[in-house]
Amino acid sequence: MRLYVTELSRYVIAGLMLVYTVLSFLILKLSGERKRSGLYAVQIVVLFATQIACYVQIIAKTGSINYLFLFAFQIVILFATITLFRMLYPDGNRLVIHHMCMLLMIGMVMVSRISYDKAVRQFVIAAGSTVIAFAIPEIFYRLAFLKHLWPVYALFGIGALGAVLILGRVVHGSKLNYTIGGLTFQPSELIKIVFILCIASLLQERQDLLRVALATVLAAAHVLILVYSRDLGSALIFFVTYLTMLFIATANVWYLFSGIGAGALASVVAYRLFPHIRTRVQAWRDPWSQIDGAGYQVAQSLFGISSGGAFGLGLYGGAPGDIPYVERDSIFSAIAEELGLVFAVCMILVCVSCFLMILWEAERVQDGFCRLVAAGIGVTYVFQVFLTVGGGTKFIPLTGVTLPLVSYGGTSVLVTIWMFALFEGVCLVGTDERYQQYLTRMEEP
Amino acid sequence: MKRAPIIATAAFFSVLFVAMLVYICYYAYTNRVALTDNSYNGRQQLLLAQNSRGEIRAADGTVLAYTSNGQDKETRVYPFGRTFAHIVGYASHGRMGVESLSNYYLIHTSVDLHDKLEAELEGEKYPGDSVVTTLDVSLQEAAYEALSAYRGAVIATDPRTGRILAMVSKPDFDPNRIGEEWNEIISADGRNTCLLNRATQGLYPPGSTFKIITALEYLREHPEEVDSYHFNCTGHFSVGEDGIQCFHGQVHGQVDFASSFARSCNSSFANIGIGLDHASMAKTLQSLGFDRELPIDLPSSKSHAVCNELSTTADMMQLSIGQGTTGMSPLHLNLITCAIANGGELMRPYVVSSVVSEEGKEIVSYHPSGAGRLMRAEEAVALRTLMEGVVQNGTGKVLKEAAYTAAGKTGSAEFSSLTTDSHAWFTGYAPAEDPQICVTVIMENAGSGGEYAVPVAKRVLDAWYNESEAGEE
Repeated sequence: MRLYVTELSRYVIAGLMLVYTVLSFLILKLSGERKRSGLYAVQIVVLFATQIACYVQIIAKTGSINYLFLFAFQIVILFATITLFRMLYPDGNRLVIHHMCMLLMIGMVMVSRISYDKAVRQFVIAAGSTVIAFAIPEIFYRLAFLKHLWPVYALFGIGALGAVLILGRVVHGSKLNYTIGGLTFQPSELIKIVFILCIASLLQERQDLLRVALATVLAAAHVLILVYSRDLGSALIFFVTYLTMLFIATANVWYLFSGIGAGALASVVAYRLFPHIRTRVQAWRDPWSQIDGAGYQVAQSLFGISSGGAFGLGLYGGAPGDIPYVERDSIFSAIAEELGLVFAVCMILVCVSCFLMILWEAERVQDGFCRLVAAGIGVTYVFQVFLTVGGGTKFIPLTGVTLPLVSYGGTSVLVTIWMFALFEGVCLVGTDERYQQYLTRMEEP
Repeated sequence: MKRAPIIATAAFFSVLFVAMLVYICYYAYTNRVALTDNSYNGRQQLLLAQNSRGEIRAADGTVLAYTSNGQDKETRVYPFGRTFAHIVGYASHGRMGVESLSNYYLIHTSVDLHDKLEAELEGEKYPGDSVVTTLDVSLQEAAYEALSAYRGAVIATDPRTGRILAMVSKPDFDPNRIGEEWNEIISADGRNTCLLNRATQGLYPPGSTFKIITALEYLREHPEEVDSYHFNCTGHFSVGEDGIQCFHGQVHGQVDFASSFARSCNSSFANIGIGLDHASMAKTLQSLGFDRELPIDLPSSKSHAVCNELSTTADMMQLSIGQGTTGMSPLHLNLITCAIANGGELMRPYVVSSVVSEEGKEIVSYHPSGAGRLMRAEEAVALRTLMEGVVQNGTGKVLKEAAYTAAGKTGSAEFSSLTTDSHAWFTGYAPAEDPQICVTVIMENAGSGGEYAVPVAKRVLDAWYNESEAGEE
């Protein structure tokens, strides 16, 4: 009986994930939240069915009913989030909230399989962040002066990153975090939001040379501090976010190309200058010749991805623990191993559909600041997904960033939830604009 | 603000992700075997804790290796012991042979849910998938016994398909006792070479068997002069200070091209060799696979032969009779023989024909495939005529009395300037008019090829003949 459950649930979980993904893209095709509501309802059912199937598999495999408590808490929190959001923000975008819950759920299942204690911690942080996140759209919508505060954002961002550089302690050769009362906090994660606000605020109305130059100098300051802190992944994310926001604000292809050129040049210089970058690049090109050293993490990650096949070995059926820092850097490989490639690929497509929805809303909103904030959030998010998945699969060199919402890492989860909440604020502004337009049109003869 | 940049951004990242996801799936699927077999991958233990290692079978289904579950302890059993030692291999203390080649399949299981449940109820592991090889038990036994106590190797293949029918290497080891004898095997200052599969990894001076290649090159360079070629052999041949001798100084007298080949006259072939074009010979050697990896999945050594503008007359004399610095693996010689026998095509040799689940469901099957053309069909026909002459009125006469027709080339390769002892070689095929089996024999330090290697080949061919006769009745 148990065997039947564990074996069949593999196909059920993959199938449900596939349905969920297809629904995500169907929803993208429909314009307007009202038309989408039918599909949203189906999506919620599929979301919770996937969660139930995962826990049925875990309990059948381990025989431990401890997981029932974790499951119960999760389903309550996720359901509450979805329902409350709909009640509080009927004008918000529900797809992003559903995806947030789906990805949090997958992360929780996978992290709890690797370490139960870490999963509980992660869950508490996620729940706490979500509660705070409910206030964010309203704040963003109400406090219009936020869009003019770019000097504050710039000072705060550069100041905080600089402080980490000086005060922070060294973790895995990268200076990443503050430790406050036993809680480790990664400022570079939070500064992502501040940085997006800074650039959006600077470029929202006019894009003259002075403003572009100022944005470039500020972005360069952020990136250089991060490179110097050996946080390459974050440095890349900040750079790509800046460049894309500049391109979207100015529609100037030359800015884009010179930015790419400068980035390429900087990469070559960095490659020559820093031995740890050379190590990463060599481990990417040929992990097998240095499998004892620099190539070990990528090699183990590839072992994981290749061992699961299309439908995975089932939760608790593989050996994701063999991959170093699996719950942070290589959660994608763990998911591919135990839940299968179909599931893992669908999950990434869900991330992509999340990104497309954010850009879609960015395109609809008229306000320049809101548009840039949304685009910045979308690009930051999707590029981070690209870095972590590509790095663990030998598509690009490994940079060691988390898969937002899925990987273990309190700050990352917190910041991604808040970023999505900020995006919902943008949606409120957009809905309001459209309502005003509607009223204007009514008044006209 | 304009729409275009946002649409471009969306399109760019969508394309990037699609490319990445396709790459991931492709990479994971195409490299799954190599990734699973990597010794740094701990999942092999995971699989073996769940599945019991599958069987290895001969072409007719005879079990060559299985896992027994006696007294709470799994042991790998090889019913034929030493006979299949190198080709079937072993699976503890590292892996070798088919055990290594098909490890991925042997440790995975493809039984359906019902069988898994049955195994679970009985408290057993799931049965791993079984590997069906191309090996023929009676040919392997004949080859093993025929080689007797000599060091060396015997390979038998099907020239039409590249199927490996038998592969023996001596000295050997008992795969059933690999655990107990391991320390003994790997100690002894590296002098104990019983783990080396001489059939694929051994490199020997090819001696007169190399005359096949010299003859091919002569046919290519001087097609018109082949019929009128003649030479007066006095038992030795010299140009200036450089000279070579016929085997044991034998005087062959007046010979033409065919009889030079049939009677393996070194003097005549050295005479041919010094007239060959170095660049053209180098090209032929390269196209035949010298100094390149052979198209086989088993570990093999690269054969080696030198011919360039720096080669001296003495070098060319040595090269043309397969002496000097030339080294060939028995497998390579067998592949060239196969190409001659099948009309010029290099067939990719393979030993695993399919993987089947416990219930008999076929999981993977391997099919014959070509790996390029070594020579034109006319060249193959000409070489076959020469090789038939070896058996009819040359050094391979022992095979003349056989119940079937055979053809081939002998070799007696001197391996040290300090002694006149030689390695005995034979490579050939049968039936001469419609080749179905190619046999290559190397016996270290045995004597002349005609006296030692041909009888071994004959015993293998006899076994094949008896089997095919029995099959027809």
